[in-house]
Amino acid sequence: MNAAANMPGWALFLTAVLLLLSASLTLIGTIGLLRLQTFYERTHAPTLGTTLGIGFMLFASMLYFSVLQSRPVLHELLIAVFMTVTTPITLVLLVRAALYRDRHAGSSEVPQTTPPKSSLLEQEDIDGN
Amino acid sequence: MMLGFFTAALTLTQIMLALAMACSSVRLFIGPRAQDRIASMDAFYVSAMLLLLTFSIRTGSNLYFEVALVIAMLGFVGTVALAKFLMRGEVIE
Repeated sequence: MNAAANMPGWALFLTAVLLLLSASLTLIGTIGLLRLQTFYERTHAPTLGTTLGIGFMLFASMLYFSVLQSRPVLHELLIAVFMTVTTPITLVLLVRAALYRDRHAGSSEVPQTTPPKSSLLEQEDIDGN
Repeated sequence: MMLGFFTAALTLTQIMLALAMACSSVRLFIGPRAQDRIASMDAFYVSAMLLLLTFSIRTGSNLYFEVALVIAMLGFVGTVALAKFLMRGEVIE
């Protein structure tokens, strides 16, 4: 906090605005996670935090430390690149697993795949017994 | 004056991120199925990472950055392992 005392006003203001934007977007995302009805709706909400929330926060951090140490501090880009690469992978894997489980359980919420003929016959056999 | 606004914004940011962590932990507890719990754990560690970055701005120390990077990596590995477990029933085949 002592370090911030002799920083220029515009840097403090910009950092504060970016911090508030980041935190409010993350909060909105998790409120969506809490309040939306089905799992497939809920997976969309927290991505607000993982994209824009992290983006604004890292931008604020880069700006603050660059002005504080009067040299470009760019190592936050590592987190940005890493999260940009990993978030879609995580969500695709998770939603595919959930879809597989729902189809396996015969849920009416998700569209069923049209099974190929042979497995359709097997299905009839199982149902017949 | 700008310093006061900056301090207030930092505190408000920390409060909002703590609320975000609270929201996702509520979903972690009530989440009807396993996939809801994994998705909320994902949101939880992202909020924790943002909170650590806020700490680093508040203290003016670079040490928190490495912690945030480690949380991001371990969180990704954890979520992928759990999603794979849901899909297959085992993590390493």
